[in-house]
Amino acid sequence: MLMVERKVAVIGVGITRFGEVWEKGLRQLLAEAELQALADARINPEKVDMIFTGNMCGGEFAGQEHLGGMASSILNLNVASTRVEGACASGSLAFRQGLMAIESGRADMVLVNGVEKMTDVSTEHVTTGLMGAGDEEWEGFQGFTFPGLYALMAKAYMNKFGLSRKQLAAVAVKNHFHGARNPIAQYRKEITLDDVYKSMMVAEPLTLLDCSPITDGAASVVLCNAETAKQYCEAPVYVAGSGQASDTLALAERSELHHVKATRLAKTQAFAQAKITVKDLDLVEVHDCFTIAEIMAMEDLGLCGNGKAGRLVEQGQTYFDGKTPVNTSGGLKACGHPVGATGVKQVVEVVQQLQGKAGKRQVKGAEIGVTHNVGGSGATVVVNVFKRGLP
Amino acid sequence: MTAGIVGYGAYIPKYRIKAETIARVWGADTRRIVDGLGIQEKSVPGKDEDTATIAVEAARNALARALINPKDLGAIYVGSESHPYAVKPTAGIVGEAIGAGNHYTAADTEFACKAGTAALQMCMGLVQSGMIKYGLAIGADTSQAAPGDALEYSAAAGGAAFIVGSQESEWLAEIKDTCSFTSDTPDFWRRGLSPHPRHAGRFTGEPAYFKHVLQATKAMLDKTHLQPTDFDYAVFHMPNAKFPIAAAAKLGFKPEQYKDGLLVTAIGNTYSGCSPLGLTKVLDKARPGARILVVSYGSGSGSDAFVLEVKPLIEERRGLARRTEDYMKRKTYLEYAQYSKHMEEIH
Repeated sequence: MLMVERKVAVIGVGITRFGEVWEKGLRQLLAEAELQALADARINPEKVDMIFTGNMCGGEFAGQEHLGGMASSILNLNVASTRVEGACASGSLAFRQGLMAIESGRADMVLVNGVEKMTDVSTEHVTTGLMGAGDEEWEGFQGFTFPGLYALMAKAYMNKFGLSRKQLAAVAVKNHFHGARNPIAQYRKEITLDDVYKSMMVAEPLTLLDCSPITDGAASVVLCNAETAKQYCEAPVYVAGSGQASDTLALAERSELHHVKATRLAKTQAFAQAKITVKDLDLVEVHDCFTIAEIMAMEDLGLCGNGKAGRLVEQGQTYFDGKTPVNTSGGLKACGHPVGATGVKQVVEVVQQLQGKAGKRQVKGAEIGVTHNVGGSGATVVVNVFKRGLP
Repeated sequence: MTAGIVGYGAYIPKYRIKAETIARVWGADTRRIVDGLGIQEKSVPGKDEDTATIAVEAARNALARALINPKDLGAIYVGSESHPYAVKPTAGIVGEAIGAGNHYTAADTEFACKAGTAALQMCMGLVQSGMIKYGLAIGADTSQAAPGDALEYSAAAGGAAFIVGSQESEWLAEIKDTCSFTSDTPDFWRRGLSPHPRHAGRFTGEPAYFKHVLQATKAMLDKTHLQPTDFDYAVFHMPNAKFPIAAAAKLGFKPEQYKDGLLVTAIGNTYSGCSPLGLTKVLDKARPGARILVVSYGSGSGSDAFVLEVKPLIEERRGLARRTEDYMKRKTYLEYAQYSKHMEEIH
């Protein structure tokens, strides 16, 4: 039974450029996002009661574990500071820790970070490291990589619902269209369906442009007790609901591969807490690590019926000015996917949209937005609901 | 004091391996590799060829054009990252082979692919100061690539030699100016005793090659008050065909300015010999008065930029030795197993 006494608001956001950020290391990326978020919230570091930092592979890719200590020492603070890991959902898990810390009364002001430095090691190294998000014994050890796992899911979905190559590719085209309008995106260029078809085959049916890239980046948000939010921020964005669910690590242990059960469970929790239905949503940021993941997320979140997402994308309804805007940031596909930072980046995007600060990709009059962040192939999922007004 | 080139020479081994032949071994997509790197085939050293023999061949061609007594050389520098010995100078072998006598200073230089242009700058300094009459600068390599590495499609063999002098009447081309841009950027390296180099993938592009080539070029243009349009020819270091073409486009150079020096598509990246060979190919063709920009790049990282102006004497001298293109046309294709033997991957 959910008993939440205190409500939480986002009063500041910070985000670095996403991409091959050669000139910055893990610490610099983290520092840049943290300082931006504090400046945006117009607070001094001393106001912060707790810090949570989402990160998946700091040790593996940058030789740096213990990011809790790093995140606090950048600000010269001695407060509780904790690193949170849940594969590609690490950022959202950090966000939820911050949320619960305030809801419980343990903290009034929390800094939430997500960071990943990925481009200092080879692609092979990254691919192997990311496979830690799957089931090592049943998948990684057998030679699976994440493109392979999602390719299986794509095949299962295609067999079930008959998704076309064009519909899948249209997800990438749409996300690049949005990325081209997001100043921090890794790929700020539009692509065509033909570009997707002709790009290198990675794992049938997924080609290179069906896959999210390897990215450096960090994002931060400042959360505070909603009662005091207006003291710091003219337009706070409120956390109306949050849900988290789990499923088996290995795909082989799931009864169905064409949807992600944990998304459905997390969504049910979050929507119930927020007292909303899918009809109330103005935009969603979903976890499109591969194009097929966006198709499944749309259906698992209830944006459309099963087997219908491809049509919606193909018809252009998921563009920022369409009926159901999906991934206005460019998504993981075009904005980039620094794995530990992605969940926090999604919050930054939704907050900016609800504050009307999303520039050329602004969804007109956005009031309610949702973030959807997946760890691995769906073993961990977080869904959050944000509202412009006090819930 | 100014300096000029009084003799130049090229050498490229006759052996070739096609990208397609290498790709077949590794099950790679030839079209993607050829489209991506722009390299159709690369030169491979003969079984008895190494940096020293390549340097000697190039030096002999330079002497043939310079018409000087080799004993008048006051300095010999050989730049390479594949010197046959870790300790024992290639430069001494070259001096002995070309009959330079004993009264010259010599050393080997190493700065990845720009060791040859660094040697050229050293010779310029010695000549300009009046310390020596002529200096011989060579860039030559039999570059290494681990089997299966992306470098295997590009790492090639070849070299170029330049004799530098201060007498204007002897110049085939004047070296109007030079400058460099250097930093500690670990994009590509080979530790001592390691047989193959390692590299940092895409990091070798933007923060490494492009940063240094663009900055060195900009500094050179600023220093000489010249614009890209003031040049008849431009040679940028060619680790593949894509990088120099992209660098040229960013700087505002046109294909007609760089196409003559762009020999990477046919012979691969000859490392220390790379941009120097691009220059010899341009010198084989350029008319007196032509202005040439040469910008090298060495991983680690640095770029040396040069502005040259071709002199009338070149017309009567260039025919005295084999042209770069003559070497490019001599071809004996190898299969992968033969290539492995030539590269001493198998014994």
